[in-house]
This record gives sequence, C-alpha cells and structure tokens, in this order.
Amino acid sequence: MAQTDATPLVASPRSPYVRRKTTRGNFELYSWVFMRASGVVLVALIFGHLFVNLMVGDGVHAIDFAFVAGKWASPFWQVWDLLMLWLAMIHGTNGVRTIINDYAQRDLTRGVLKSLLYLAFTLTVVLGTLVIFTFDPCPPEAPAELLASFCTA
Amino acid sequence: MPNAPAGTLYRGREGMWSWVAHRVTGVSIFFFLLVHVLDTALVRVSPEAYNAVIGTYQTPIMGLGEAGLVAAIVFHAFNGLRIALVDFWSKGPQYHRVMLWVVLGLLVVTMAGFLPRHLMNVFGGGH
Ligand code: HEM
Repeated sequence: MAQTDATPLVASPRSPYVRRKTTRGNFELYSWVFMRASGVVLVALIFGHLFVNLMVGDGVHAIDFAFVAGKWASPFWQVWDLLMLWLAMIHGTNGVRTIINDYAQRDLTRGVLKSLLYLAFTLTVVLGTLVIFTFDPCPPEAPAELLASFCTA
Repeated sequence: MPNAPAGTLYRGREGMWSWVAHRVTGVSIFFFLLVHVLDTALVRVSPEAYNAVIGTYQTPIMGLGEAGLVAAIVFHAFNGLRIALVDFWSKGPQYHRVMLWVVLGLLVVTMAGFLPRHLMNVFGGGH
C-alpha cells in the first residue's frame, strides 16, 4: 500500500478472520495422505506379485533365473515391478521415518538414523530400477539350460 | 518428549495392539524388501549367481520364514485398509474394533488359502 499520508496504519477492530498462512508447508499432511493412497495401490500390486510367484505352478520351488527372465521379458511385469518397487520403498521409508521421529530423542541420533535410512532408500531404488531396465533375459555367455526356453527357440 | 513415569503403562486394548502390530510388521517388511531387492539384483550378475543364492532360500526353514513374512504382509495390508477406513469413513472410528476382527478373519482365510499350497511346494517333493 502506498504511503500517502502520515497516519499510522492500525488494523481495523472488526477485520474478518483470515487463516494464518502456513509457513512450513504441508509436508506431513501430504505424507499422511500418501501412506493411505499408496497402501491401497500396494495391496493390488503385492497380492498379485505373491500370487503369481508363490501360488501359480510350483510356487517358490519354480523360482530361478529362467522364471525371472520369463517375467521381465514382458513390459507388463517390468512396469508392475517398477511401480511396486517405488511405491513400497517410498511408503516403507516414510513409515520408518515416522518411527525414527517417534523414538529417537536426541537430534544427533535422529539425524544419523535418518541419513542411513535415506541412503538405503537411494541405493535400493537406484539398484532395483537399473536391474529392471538393463536386464537381459537371454545373456549370450550363459549356459542354455539355465535360460528360459524362448532364448533358444 | 517426556518419558512416561513408572506405573502408568497405557494399555489401549485393540486400538493399541493393532497399532503395535502394524508398526512391527511395517518395519519387518521394509528390511525384508531391502534384502529382497539385493538378492533379485543378482540376475544382473549371472544366472548361476542368482540360482545359487535363491537355491539357499529353498529350504524348509526359509519356507517357514516365507510363510511368516506373507502373514505379516497380509496383516499389514488388511489393517492398512482398516486404518484408511477409520480415517475416511464417517462410521470408521465407531467400527474400528469390529473391523480389526474382520482384518484378523480375512488374515485367517487368506492364510488358509495360501499355506497348504505353499507348504506343499516347500515340503513336498521337487528338487
Ligand atoms: C500391502 C499394502 C499396504 C498397505 C495397505 C499399507 C498401509 C499402511 C498405512 C495406511 C500406514 C499408515 C499408518 C499410520 O499413518 O498410522 C502404513 C504405515 C507403514 N507401512 Fe504400510 N502398507 C502396505 C504395505 C507396506 C509395505 C510393503 C511396507 C514396507 C516396505 C510398509 C511399511 C510401513 C511402515 C514402516 C509404516 C509405518 C508404521 C507406523 O508409523 O507405525 N507398508 N501402512
């Protein structure tokens, strides 16, 4: 407001209530919403994952390199697993962050624990993402009997 | 954050114990996931490396561990949906206790579907 005269500015006694602007952002609110939203999606992703890997066919017994190759030869399972990796890691990391905030009372302890947590998050997500995208289901130097049948067909 | 003085242990019944179980299962799943991404990453090393490590998992003891892990995930999943209902459904808080029993019922039903199949794969024949 331009300063036109010398009258000091005094707030009007009847000025309507204005919500104080939050100055620190709404991070914790968004994180709370995210835990619930990601949880719903994760139910479908994880139950599907467990069903296909543990219930169909010979279950755990059938899991080997050829089994993984058979899944990741398809973009469908690549996208499925990528989404599951990211959502579960963000959800889980955010959950553990809450727990650290709850129990670690000294600033230093809390800082160290959270640094380790974020380091583990970054390493795991980067590694997992690279593996999904750089995976070769039919590595040329590998013995054929370890590979999926479509490699030799 | 003040420490609770002695003798005032809060015993919040269903609400508290489901929260404790949700926390414990959440952290357990998180640490499992870190290891699980690492072992799966071995497919990038070589088929032999992956098969060797996965082979050491295919034992009865690990099979029982997997059963426990699946139970933890199924509980956390259903109870997570219950938490969302408590928060967003207008009658949620009123029925939170009933919903916990529904969660436990669904857990039993899901495990009844999963365990026979899984234990057959772990203990029955094969290699
Ligand atoms: C299967 C689907 C899942 C659902 C429906 C789900 C649901 C939830 C919900 C709603 C919360 C918030 C609790 C709160 O704010 O009080 C939560 C917390 C948490 N979740 Fe999940 N979750 C799922 C999967 C996972 C996975 C895969 C992990 C691990 C990687 C995980 C780890 C955690 C942790 C550590 C917490 C924090 C617990 C706490 O603060 O007490 N959850 N989950």
